[in-house]
Amino acid sequence: MSIFLNENSKVIVQGMTGSEGRKHTQRMLSSGTAIVGGVNPKKAGQSVDFDGASVPVFGSVAEAMKETGADVSVIFVPPAGAKNAVIEAVDAQVGLAVVITEGIPVHDSTYVWAHAQGGSTRIIGPNCPGLISPGRSNAGIIPANITKQGKIGLVSKSGTLTYQMMYELRDIGFSTCVGIGGDPVIGTTHIDCLQAFQDDPETEAIVMIGEIGGDAEERAADFIAANVTKPVVGYVAGFTAPEGKTMGHAGAIVSGSAGTAQAKKEALEAAGVRVGKTPSETARLMRELVGA
Amino acid sequence: MDLFEYQARDLLASHGVPVLPGGVAETPEQAEAIAREIGTTVVVKAQVKTGGRGKAGGVKLADDADEARARAQDILGLDIKGHITHRVMVAQASDIAEEYYFSYLLDRANRTFLAMASVEGGMEIEQLAVERPEALARIPVEATTGVDTAKATEIVDAAGFPAGVRDQVIAIAVQLWDTFAKEDATLVEVNPLAKAPDGTVLALDAKVTLDENARFRHAEHEELEDTASADPLEAAAKEKDLNYVKLEGVVGIIGNGAGLVMSTLDVVAYAGEEFGGVKPANFLDIGGGASAEVMANGLHIILSDPAVKSVFVNVFGGITACDEVANGIVHALQLLGDEATKPLVVRLDGNNVEEGRRILAEANHPLVTLVDTMDGAARRAAELAA
Repeated sequence: MSIFLNENSKVIVQGMTGSEGRKHTQRMLSSGTAIVGGVNPKKAGQSVDFDGASVPVFGSVAEAMKETGADVSVIFVPPAGAKNAVIEAVDAQVGLAVVITEGIPVHDSTYVWAHAQGGSTRIIGPNCPGLISPGRSNAGIIPANITKQGKIGLVSKSGTLTYQMMYELRDIGFSTCVGIGGDPVIGTTHIDCLQAFQDDPETEAIVMIGEIGGDAEERAADFIAANVTKPVVGYVAGFTAPEGKTMGHAGAIVSGSAGTAQAKKEALEAAGVRVGKTPSETARLMRELVGA
Repeated sequence: MDLFEYQARDLLASHGVPVLPGGVAETPEQAEAIAREIGTTVVVKAQVKTGGRGKAGGVKLADDADEARARAQDILGLDIKGHITHRVMVAQASDIAEEYYFSYLLDRANRTFLAMASVEGGMEIEQLAVERPEALARIPVEATTGVDTAKATEIVDAAGFPAGVRDQVIAIAVQLWDTFAKEDATLVEVNPLAKAPDGTVLALDAKVTLDENARFRHAEHEELEDTASADPLEAAAKEKDLNYVKLEGVVGIIGNGAGLVMSTLDVVAYAGEEFGGVKPANFLDIGGGASAEVMANGLHIILSDPAVKSVFVNVFGGITACDEVANGIVHALQLLGDEATKPLVVRLDGNNVEEGRRILAEANHPLVTLVDTMDGAARRAAELAA
């Protein structure tokens, strides 16, 4: 098992015909993902050739789902059009919408979140690298050749720290790695992933990577204390970040005394999570836990 | 992006929110002219993006234009918590009968917006929230429905505004929402929202934060940017589309991905403890791609920082494999030529790492040290800067 994404996932790509969409569709295909279509109303009926594989382009998400049975949409649509693209995916009731786009206004993300309530779509992102269940499927931009299928679950706000941690623990392998994104408002939280990993029989231990800004890690700590019986190790980035400065990710900002790395680390440790000082130390803690 | 008070005031006024007459001045003479035009007692306020202006002597009353000029003279140049005052706002002074509080903000935890209102304004709202939470109404606002008169009435009544000002505050609540939504703000805060002795309700001070991700639909927000007090290196980086934040230390940092760069700063600071407290000089994320040109631009910015004594290049080869990154570094050093004068510690890991390290070893640049692990490289960079 894995979470959210498996070998049966059928993936469409919104924004497949743009340069980023095209590049990463090729990468997803190369890593064995079942990419069954793209969506672009202006190019409906055409198809795009990827190294021998011909992928049809549909006029809408609903049409693509009807024709292909797709249950996952990966969205590369640029910020100005992203809100409507995600709403289209939600209205078509796709099971999983993975929003890679960086730079979506928070009023748009908040609108989309409100719109999606009560619907049947899980949104991951925006401003995220997507998720990978190694050896099974890859929805987004995470490099597929870092590691293999295994027993660790990973949830992270950061893309490159996700890759780094996958690399450090590559010999053990991962059930699923989820990059939830660095924006202030995101569709899938640490808590959602922790719950899913707790319920997934293949996942034996969990790595949780957080960073400054907001209080998602503190709330995740409370959730772990109450609901997670599997071992969790944590890492938090941004101890040296100054107050009031956005550190790359739109959501990574310490406001006054709120959102500091120290507070997040303390909350996680109080919940019994072992927190590494560096990514490498975090990986070592995980090795101790799983005896590898 | 946080706005200055005068910018926030103008933005609110453009959405119909009642404010007092006033203007912004960069010299005592300009302050005098504004005060003369207003013709009543004025308040001269330092325009800095921090709180506690009053206590720092940054807010003064002036009875006439000559006094306004003198007060502006006192306040211009004042250092308020590290913020130098380049401008003052000169506004008509108002007697205040009552002070209220009103704000809209992004509620990250609940993924919605939040209206906060209180009839006990004037004081720091964080303090009110802690000391008398029952006096602060907190009403969620859905992005899909926003604030119309009915929603505004719900907020205003929850806060218990008195009957005499209720209708005025309801109208202002709708105007403030209009500002919040149409300007893509993440914070619109009026404190105090004041009742004058004649019963008129006015926004006397305001804080506005705008979402920079929404810039593509607000070209007009560009002129609100405070280029004057921006750090020159940050300004130069912005021109090159680089994600750079100046810090206080001496180890220049380049990495790919915001999380990895934040982590790099931390690891350098830990390693630096051993060398008398060496700290990172900057945050610089060159993005997942890490091309040679972007690497050169990044190195150029960092090497032009006189505080930098060593540079730590920390790249995980994911989307761009390590051999391409290594070529990028070699090419960047060629582009920089004699400008590259400080030692570079490079740590590469990830896809094609052996080839990447081979390329760097072969180039054998005298300034470059290759270290295999992030922790080890951080230690070396800190040592070189100590």
